[in-house]
Amino acid sequence: MKKIIKYVMTDILRNRIVMIYTIFLLVTSFSVFSLEDNDSKGLLSLLNIILLIVPLVSIVFSTIYVYNSAEFIELLVSQPLKRKSIWLSLFAGLAGSLSIAFFVGVGIPILLYQANAIGGMMIGVGVLLSIIFVAIAMLAAVLTRDKAKGIGVAILLWLYFSILFDGLVLFLLFQFADYPLEKAMIGITAFNPIDLSRIMILLHMDVSAMMGYTGAIFKEFFGTAIGMVISFGVLLFWVLLPVWVATRKFNSKDL
Amino acid sequence: MLILSLFVCCHLATANTWHVGKGKGLRSVNAAILAAANGDTILVYAGTYYEKNIIVNKKLLLKGIGHPVLDGEKKYEVISVKANGSVIDGFTIVHSGVSSMEDMGGIKIYDSRDVVIQNNILEDTFFGIYVQYGKNCTVQNNQLVSYNPEEQQSGNGIHCWKSDSLRIIGNKITGHRDGIYFEFVTNSIIWLNTSFKNIRYGLHFMFSHNDAYIANHFRDNGAGVAVMFSHGVKMYSNVFEENWGDAAYGLLLKEISDSYIDGNTFIKNTSGIYMEGASRIHMQKNLFKNNGWGMKIQASCMDIEVTLNNFIGNTFDVSTNGSLVLNSFNRNYWDKYDGYDLNKDKIGDVPYRPVSMYSMIVEKNPPAMLLFRSFITSLLDKTEKVIPSLTPEALKDNSPLMKRLF
Amino acid sequence: MIIASNVSKQFSRLKALDNVSVTCNKGECIALIGPNGSGKTTLIKSILGMVVPDSGFITFNGNNILHSWQYRNKIGYMPQIGRYPENMTIGDVLDMMMDIRGGENELDEDLIHSFGLDLLKRKRMRTLSGGTRQKVSASLAFLFDPEVLILDEPTAGLDPVASEILKEKIISEKEKGKLILITSHVLSELDDLVTQIIYMQDGKLLFHKSIEALRSDTGEEKLAKAIASVMINF
Repeated sequence: MKKIIKYVMTDILRNRIVMIYTIFLLVTSFSVFSLEDNDSKGLLSLLNIILLIVPLVSIVFSTIYVYNSAEFIELLVSQPLKRKSIWLSLFAGLAGSLSIAFFVGVGIPILLYQANAIGGMMIGVGVLLSIIFVAIAMLAAVLTRDKAKGIGVAILLWLYFSILFDGLVLFLLFQFADYPLEKAMIGITAFNPIDLSRIMILLHMDVSAMMGYTGAIFKEFFGTAIGMVISFGVLLFWVLLPVWVATRKFNSKDL
Repeated sequence: MLILSLFVCCHLATANTWHVGKGKGLRSVNAAILAAANGDTILVYAGTYYEKNIIVNKKLLLKGIGHPVLDGEKKYEVISVKANGSVIDGFTIVHSGVSSMEDMGGIKIYDSRDVVIQNNILEDTFFGIYVQYGKNCTVQNNQLVSYNPEEQQSGNGIHCWKSDSLRIIGNKITGHRDGIYFEFVTNSIIWLNTSFKNIRYGLHFMFSHNDAYIANHFRDNGAGVAVMFSHGVKMYSNVFEENWGDAAYGLLLKEISDSYIDGNTFIKNTSGIYMEGASRIHMQKNLFKNNGWGMKIQASCMDIEVTLNNFIGNTFDVSTNGSLVLNSFNRNYWDKYDGYDLNKDKIGDVPYRPVSMYSMIVEKNPPAMLLFRSFITSLLDKTEKVIPSLTPEALKDNSPLMKRLF
Repeated sequence: MIIASNVSKQFSRLKALDNVSVTCNKGECIALIGPNGSGKTTLIKSILGMVVPDSGFITFNGNNILHSWQYRNKIGYMPQIGRYPENMTIGDVLDMMMDIRGGENELDEDLIHSFGLDLLKRKRMRTLSGGTRQKVSASLAFLFDPEVLILDEPTAGLDPVASEILKEKIISEKEKGKLILITSHVLSELDDLVTQIIYMQDGKLLFHKSIEALRSDTGEEKLAKAIASVMINF
């Protein structure tokens, strides 16, 4: 299994799109840090990029890559290998190389300008988001046979997680404005890894003071060690669940 | 001229000077006060004095040489001034009593006029310098430090009550409940003070009319500065910075009228200015930089004139909770303004709307702050800019400046 | 060696395999022929475990292949279209395969040499022509000297020289007593290779005969003509 991961990863890291993605992240990170007059503000601007671009690139690139590898996967399946290990190798290769791309593009600039707890957390969250959206992409790819349809589904999923879900939250907040929803909202954020990541990071920055009473309630949860462990656990769950379902589907899929 | 100087000479000759200290004749300040007559000078030399409560009931000049320490042993009010024209100069006053029944001060002025409190260091006092029914008194160049972390256990730094014509100048206050506290104080000036890291407000100001505070520095206080229920307040050239927290404001204005806010700097506050029930306020040439909200103007405000200010790097420039706008914004510089200036008169040709859609949503539904910095909120703001629907139509700067003012 | 019993497979509306039973033994070289969409590829994929039959079962050396993967150690497979990760080089692909299943069998690098692939090892897969990729696929199938070779349209896209090299290789492997399964729709190519013919249509196995039986039944020497005459009789 390790062997396949190695070759898949070198293949992806040599991919032109991944190179452009890495350079894009690198250029934006450095320009954000050098343009903003203070570094924690730079971190905040970077957060928007992480929450928007990283999931988009991860999910679309991975979906396309899985479809383009259809014949290669067939070839691997015809070899004396377990399907599970082929699929997981592919996942590990994608997740690993996109995480490396993220780490080089965003992690290194952060370490240079903001090598502190919040910077470290941002890197961790960014890497996790990359992996989560690779996992979701692979689920989308295994569930839809048609390539065009699969890419469409991937983009829709991204739209859902980055915009539609928040629209829904806003709608809920206004529908139930008379009820104290703050605590329920903690639970609701667990359903969207992007929101969860954003809130986790915001609450550890100065700007959390702007979030008022809601922020205070959230801080009570996310501010504690247990809260952090739980939220990282939820993010991890967002990796494991799609991977598990996708692997099961792939195991009985006709190629 | 000669006659005048002779007169002064003779006058001095009649006043006695008493020396207090080790090997100086007198060993205690209280003994010196007992012995002294009106107009005498008492010089207190370096050392630590446990005098319980010192009551200055004569017109005396009490002067510390080398900052003698007066220790209140956490039981007593250290100095009580009860005579007009007394001067307390150059002491170190520590450990005043803490009481929830009476407001014990390091130095307290009772019902006196023309008193001067200067160059003292106050450490670990309950209230620092307390002025009660004072008139024409001066409190200057004192340093006040308190260490009590609990709001209830801590008194105010310079506390003024029912007084008139005070001068509070060049003091440094930290660690108290409120740095400077004014209640029912009129015609007074607060100038060049620094008030930082106090538990509640840097300056707390109530029912105090026709006062001015100028060139003070308020930094990192629990809730910033509060100015309430007053009229005729002049606030010039003060700096309000880093008042950052859940319920912190650079400047909180409540029921203030006919006042002037000019040339102040608001940097890194959760809200630069929060206004409620304010009317007829002129705001000019202030700088709002890197605040969460530059200004929060509640709908209960009217006739606020905001002219020639700089708004730079605030998350939200202005927010309001109503649709009726009775305030005017003119010729301010907004860094978020993306209009154009075709006729090159340095004034943008299209109006700027400082209230964003998302800030309106948050005012109506505070939990929506949950979506802070999410993609959908910037999307909403962009849409609102193109087709305004929720933000108040009249709240706009019709002549936004193209370049920052200063 | 490979026995399929009553294998059926349905793809949504299309019946890809309809109750197919077949037995393949060592030393046979079987041509799997039939029109497009007749189920040839599905049958091969079922044997390789890429497609799981709806009913029926397939055994390899007496063991049911369902849920097992080790048996594929003994199979070399050459797919109809070989596509590889774009940025791998030919060398990478060969190395990876050797990493995956090298060690047990002796390596058979004949085809790599005769196709001249060892000179192209540093070429990226995306820069290769379809024919060269087929050469890579063929080399991989034979590389591990497997007991069974499954070749899906092996000569499609190969130039005549390469095609000839491949045929020679197939013959020599057959003579070593291996089982070889070839699908093709170009019948004439297979004349001098095959020992048996399986003909499929619409997912059904129409007949499975040795080439001698076919020739004697129809009285035709040429394979294409023999089959054509069988088809007429159906």
